Amino acid sequence: MPSSRDVVFVDGVRTPFGRSGPKGLYAETRADDLVVRVIRELIRRNPSLPPERVDEVAVAATTQIGDQGLTIGRSAAILAGLPKTVPGYAIDRMCAGAMTAVTSVAGGIAFGAYDVAIAGGVEHMGRHPMGEGVDPNPRFLADKLVDASALSMGMTAENLHDRYPAISKQRADAYAVMSQEKVAKAYADGKIQPDLVEMGIRTAEKGWGLATADEAPRPGTTLEGLASLKTPFRPHGNVTAGNSSGINDGATGCIVAARDVAGELGLRPKMRLVSYAFAGVDPEVMGVGPIPSTERALRLAGLSIDDIGLFEINEAFAVQVLAFLDHFGIPEDSDKVNPYGGAIAFGHPLASSGVRLMTQLARQFAERPDVRYGITTMCVGMGMGGTVIWENLAA
Amino acid sequence: MSEVVTEVVTKAIVRDVELPYGAGTMALITLDNGFDHTKPNTFGPLGLASLDEALDAIAARSDLAAVGVIGKPFIFAVGADLKGAATVASREEALEIGRLGHRVFRRLGELGVPTFAFVNGAAMGGGLEIALHCTYRTIAANVPAVSLPECFLGLVPGWGGTQLLPRLIGPAKAIKLIIENPLAQNRMLKGADAFSLGVADAMFDSADFLEESLRWASRVLSGAVSVERPSFAGDDWDKIVGDARFLVDMKLHGAAPAPYRALDLILASRTASADEGFAAEDEALADLLMGDELRAGLYAFDLVQRRAKKPAGAPDKALARKVTKVGVVGAGLMASQMALLFARRLQVPVVLTDLDQARLDKGVGYVHTEVDKLAAKGRVSADEANRLKALVTGSLTKDAFADADFVIEAVFEDMAVKKKVFAEVEEHVSAECVLATNTSSLSVSEMGSGLKHPGRLVGFHFFNPVAVMPLLEIVRGAATSDETLATAFAVGKSLRKSSVLVKDAPAFVVNRLLTRFMGEVFAAVDEGTPFQVAEHALDSMGLPMTPFALLQLVGPAVGHHVSETLHAAFPGRFGVSENMAKLVASGKPGVYKPDFSLDEEAVAVFSGGSDPSTAEQVRERVLAALAEEIRIMLDEGVVAAAQDIDLCMILGAGWPFHLGGITPYLDRLGVSSPRFLPAGVASVPA
Repeated sequence: MPSSRDVVFVDGVRTPFGRSGPKGLYAETRADDLVVRVIRELIRRNPSLPPERVDEVAVAATTQIGDQGLTIGRSAAILAGLPKTVPGYAIDRMCAGAMTAVTSVAGGIAFGAYDVAIAGGVEHMGRHPMGEGVDPNPRFLADKLVDASALSMGMTAENLHDRYPAISKQRADAYAVMSQEKVAKAYADGKIQPDLVEMGIRTAEKGWGLATADEAPRPGTTLEGLASLKTPFRPHGNVTAGNSSGINDGATGCIVAARDVAGELGLRPKMRLVSYAFAGVDPEVMGVGPIPSTERALRLAGLSIDDIGLFEINEAFAVQVLAFLDHFGIPEDSDKVNPYGGAIAFGHPLASSGVRLMTQLARQFAERPDVRYGITTMCVGMGMGGTVIWENLAA
Repeated sequence: MSEVVTEVVTKAIVRDVELPYGAGTMALITLDNGFDHTKPNTFGPLGLASLDEALDAIAARSDLAAVGVIGKPFIFAVGADLKGAATVASREEALEIGRLGHRVFRRLGELGVPTFAFVNGAAMGGGLEIALHCTYRTIAANVPAVSLPECFLGLVPGWGGTQLLPRLIGPAKAIKLIIENPLAQNRMLKGADAFSLGVADAMFDSADFLEESLRWASRVLSGAVSVERPSFAGDDWDKIVGDARFLVDMKLHGAAPAPYRALDLILASRTASADEGFAAEDEALADLLMGDELRAGLYAFDLVQRRAKKPAGAPDKALARKVTKVGVVGAGLMASQMALLFARRLQVPVVLTDLDQARLDKGVGYVHTEVDKLAAKGRVSADEANRLKALVTGSLTKDAFADADFVIEAVFEDMAVKKKVFAEVEEHVSAECVLATNTSSLSVSEMGSGLKHPGRLVGFHFFNPVAVMPLLEIVRGAATSDETLATAFAVGKSLRKSSVLVKDAPAFVVNRLLTRFMGEVFAAVDEGTPFQVAEHALDSMGLPMTPFALLQLVGPAVGHHVSETLHAAFPGRFGVSENMAKLVASGKPGVYKPDFSLDEEAVAVFSGGSDPSTAEQVRERVLAALAEEIRIMLDEGVVAAAQDIDLCMILGAGWPFHLGGITPYLDRLGVSSPRFLPAGVASVPA
């Protein structure tokens, strides 16, 4: 058994992301069916991969009950028609679920336990609202382990504005407008569609239909429009529905493989995993998480921030992206950062987003052979950050 | 259509879909009656109006690249709303049913843009016809049922099926779907069968059936996929249809008009225009809808679908006792067949007892061999086979019944033997254990009279072969308790049989009527009627077997024994044929050889009479005897109603739908006076 070997990202796809709620695309669509569609599409797009060569299916969901329960990696693998010899499991690191699915199977591949794995995530926040069924231990507050605001992601974002007074609501809104514009342009340029798998949807009232594009983007968003939005987490606060990601439904997935095996199977890997790291921070300012996780990942890779040519950072909140960019001295309009826009426009179905970042980075890598390294990073509830550094195999 | 029938309306819901690969916009019609899959989509006038309205809106648009049709989850559509068909009172009304369906459905083939049916679930009758009107069809690999069952009921696929299908897949395969399958116990195709026959152009897995169907449709629209449609102009349509007509005749002898009309329509479809073909379907549909054979078919279908599931006179289900172990007394063939059935369906231990170790080994061995056969066919898994084999054991002593909840005997058909057996069984079983007898003709009341707990005995009469025949006659003896009866019905249901409650009367229902029926034919032969004349005098009923073929199946010895029992009970109506006794004594299995040719020696046994009848006289005699016997049975209260007689004959003797079992046929011919059923119940209202 080899002690370590290169791990590569072969291919990633996702369903279009819907707006949660009774009028959303997936109002009456099951979460596991979203995952099934993604798995089947991955197999279909990579015909040289025999399905029985998939050694693991790791699927993340934050709320692992109902149609996101039943060890969703395994149940979705069976529902997708993978051979029953293919095992699967479920993962949870809230927003970084899919990212953790990738790093977990990558660890297994590097160790030699797997050759090829499918990793992804799903969150149907309409069927499973944030916090469904949670039962926080009273000691969190009694023992002052965390601030009372730590379990409300919007409040942690307001807390971040307190920590970084230089990040104003004006800057956050401007960043949000830019994200919407970039997504609209990426759609117009056909950058997003190739990695979307259209999803059959049905409601009792409207019958069958087909989800072909993200539902959340609001092209034409203006600063004036954003300025008028309410700040639900604090009177006269900074965080609005406009400068945050929304409440969404969607699933993502990707094929991760040992580099040598990918070659043997005739797969065409897009990125090599260089390093990854997760880090903990105070839960009440969970948005700063990507800073220490990125520093750690860079250190592990022996790289500096200047070596990174492309950033895919999850836009849970504009303030959290700005905090990251300010920390590393990166201009907020840098073309290295989220070139196709981010979660403020696409939406953020919690545990699924990590693989969306990777899929988009892979596509950017293909367009930018001049870039050698890129990172995907995101903040995580309960005070964490996660970062994965990738090398461009198109370079 | 009648006002009393309320239609469950299948709505046509339209939603735009952006097709993949930039193939444009498709208007996707979802057919959905608002219920789950247990109440499938059907079409009555309101459902057709909904589809028509949807197509109006679609036809008014110029931005569409294609139109699609799909069902609700697990169901595409299963055809016309039959509740309505049973109440049609005039030919004009009947004609309008056909015309309306054609007018709406054919629009799918005439919209000016390609139409796609996405057959995501069961597609039967008019449901399949909707798909046939579309330009293209995809089907899901998991579809459990694709069929055109109209001929099974007494109709033709009259909303385009007889015209569109032969041209799509050729006359031979169309005949298989339209005629052969419906006449073979209404056999259904699965999705893959339908695809391989060419009914669908592409097949996709159920997991993302719609998505992949839409991708395929987009490729068809772009030209990336081309659908080849073979021509059948070179086929010898006359011969194919002629051969099929011969086979239908062998089976029905003209007894039911529908398959013949379907064949005429299929032949016409070769050259008919759509207008001509659909008009011909309208006429055929109207004739059949106004015919008694269809009404009898609908009546029979309702009996099998509904009355069989709620047996008349069955006690409250809550009284049934749980059965966790079954005992079978005897280890002969019948006992072994029952043991296998109990083990498979109840999944509880089954113990066979016999006094002879060799017979016991043979009986248990039979079960094991049959389980192995099931496993070899893939009907049960290897683990399931192990489980079933372990469930069935043998014992030389009846103490193995100590913890049984249900003990059935299958020993020699003799009252003394059976009484002795039950007395022994009662020594070992609990006071609550139900005892059942598989007797075909002995009195259950008398059999139970010597028991310590006579209330526990019930008649539980299977038909041969036990695994196949769907009927169970459950016999209530004079002392049979409600708890015992309820348990018997519950067990019958678990065995997936249709149970009918019958009174403790000689030979119960099916054997009594069959014996009377055959007895009259045998008597006619004994009297000098030429064998072939008597044997085929009733062909026009379209029964599954001629009288002597049935005798052969039952075995002359058993048949003769039952006739003796009935003769003893009703000497005036049930004769005993001396010639039959001679045939039994000869040891021959019947009058037919294994290759179905006549064994002249056996036939010669019946010669010697001097008072021959004509075929018509034999027929009148038999039908009059049936009518007489049924009337007496109803008067005696053998069953609750004529409907139960019909249900028994359909399920226990395989008597056909177009006769409605038997009483609608006797009413139709005027043989019964007064009628068994009011006019309109299983006939066209006067």
